Amino acid sequence: MNKLIWAFWLILSATIAGYYAYTLQYAEDKSEFLIGEATHGHFQIEMACSACHSEAFGGEDVLQNTCTTCHADELKQAHDSHPKKKFNDPRNADTLEVLDARYCISCHTEHQKEQTLDMGVTLPKDYCYHCHQDVGNNRPSHKDLAFDSCANAGCHNYHDNRALYEKFLIKNADQPWLQDIARIAEASATHIAAEKAEQQSGLPDQFDLVAHQQRHPEITKHWQASSHMNAGVDCAGCHQTNSIDDTRWITNPSIKQCENCHSPEAKGFKAGKHGMRLAQQMSAITPADSNLDFHEQTAHQQQSCASCHGAHEFNSEYAATEACLDCHNDVHSLAFKASKHGQLVSNEDLSHEETVSCATCHMPRLEKTISGEKTMAVEHNQNRFLRPNEKMIRPVCMQCHSLEFSIDALADTTLIQNNFNGLPGKHIPSIDWAKQRKQD
Amino acid sequence: MHVKTTTLKTSSFIANTKKALLAGAVVATAASMTACKEEAKSTGIEPKLYTDSLFAVMKADRTNYTKFVVKRLGPAGAGVIKPDEHWQDIENGTLLPAQMFRAGAEAVAEMTDEFTYSLQSTWPINKQNAPKTDIEKKGLEYIVTNPGENFYGEENLGGVTYFTAVYPDVAVSDACSSCHNDHKDSPKTNFKVGDVMGGVVIRVPINEG
Repeated sequence: MNKLIWAFWLILSATIAGYYAYTLQYAEDKSEFLIGEATHGHFQIEMACSACHSEAFGGEDVLQNTCTTCHADELKQAHDSHPKKKFNDPRNADTLEVLDARYCISCHTEHQKEQTLDMGVTLPKDYCYHCHQDVGNNRPSHKDLAFDSCANAGCHNYHDNRALYEKFLIKNADQPWLQDIARIAEASATHIAAEKAEQQSGLPDQFDLVAHQQRHPEITKHWQASSHMNAGVDCAGCHQTNSIDDTRWITNPSIKQCENCHSPEAKGFKAGKHGMRLAQQMSAITPADSNLDFHEQTAHQQQSCASCHGAHEFNSEYAATEACLDCHNDVHSLAFKASKHGQLVSNEDLSHEETVSCATCHMPRLEKTISGEKTMAVEHNQNRFLRPNEKMIRPVCMQCHSLEFSIDALADTTLIQNNFNGLPGKHIPSIDWAKQRKQD
Repeated sequence: MHVKTTTLKTSSFIANTKKALLAGAVVATAASMTACKEEAKSTGIEPKLYTDSLFAVMKADRTNYTKFVVKRLGPAGAGVIKPDEHWQDIENGTLLPAQMFRAGAEAVAEMTDEFTYSLQSTWPINKQNAPKTDIEKKGLEYIVTNPGENFYGEENLGGVTYFTAVYPDVAVSDACSSCHNDHKDSPKTNFKVGDVMGGVVIRVPINEG
């Protein structure tokens, strides 16, 4: 009898072990191993285990490497106030024992959605206090502030303080809430793409272009009105690969074809929420996959360049607002058209640079150096300046508004809900305090 | 009968071989441990000489940066660069000497963990640079009250024992003293050229915990 029980236990253990070993090694769907749902930042790629768990053993350092693979560039550009290198000195040993600030996962632990707060932080809001508890000694203005209000009062961020450091506050104090010339810069990156386009391989000689165009009159009309035609990008430019020997016709070009000329935009797209699955070689995201509110009709549209820019029209004004509102169905998006910003869009006398579209705030135009040339390109990573929203102050708000007005507006959650339809309801005293200290 | 005798011989042979191997292993381990120690003793550098040499390089580089770059090309000289705490954010901005020093320490930390160094002061502009450990406090006090002398000690941090040396950080130029005197966050505003403004703390791990 005993032997029978042993045999049964052995077979049962082997079956269970074998099942999980198979799932780990070979199965596409590894959801058995998810110890908890991924947070809003990573849920899209939660099935791409190796995106973070690139090696089986190695602990924190392996994870730290994979965090930096995607997030290091942004932190560097943000002039990170708390980079890892700040904590390397052994004099910090005892503070690191309580909170090891050298590792992203100390504060941003994944798979613990139930205790994840804003910005993917899995610590209670008093994490600043541990190292900065004596700030009241040198800043009398801070003496009576709540110990858990440092990073969520609209004054300080842990990583990105480019719009919030003292000298910047003083330098940009006392400006009018709306500038005399309130407009964003014109984009100029496309001319570089146009130069590249001229080097594209053409269609094979036996291809009858005219006949093909006659079979698709609508598409031909759209294309003829587009900037691609002006730049000399014909059908082959998108519907064929870059190599001269490859004569295959690609019916539905993917981001790989757009990337040939528009690589900064494609790179930004794949770094943001619309394209991060493409960066992990997964299928493109659809609105239905997400927890946010989306319209029913577009819920199953796979997101790529064409989903906002259209397949042949490439209307960037449509992409800047209507494309977003076709899918996004939340309070902020629905309030846009009636808001002060939204009303600018419907004013036909204003140029595109004088209006505020969804893209103006969420995909701002930045100065980038592409192929050694300085240019204004649209940042396609819609997440880059999203949270904490003070990141938007310099590239977006301050193009038209003062620093003080921007800080106040971004700290007002009611205003964010109603898409800035009114004046800020609260005042953040950071500039006043900075000016006060300068006087003292 | 015959089999039994052979088995006995074999088993005792095996036992003896095992004993010999074990004894040999113990001797070899002991020899290697002592031998290695002796090797280190004969070719190693005294920690004090090691940190003194490191400090000489650090001091030379920073003095040169202060005199030949900051003073010469900054606002007090040609005015083509602007040394500023937020140098990355202003046109033609460049690091302050203390930041250049720290940047060096950070770059070193990326290359090796055989030593670390940092800049501390009893009158820091950024309060995170005030002395933290007991040795730092003792050392900074010592170099101020004993001008011209260095401080050496040992401390245990995070389970590792360090040889810690504290060297006086002297104001080599009025670029140092005047800027600190004018800074609104400086606790001391009467520094003079030649004053000890803080200390360079160099740590060498001498024993893994």
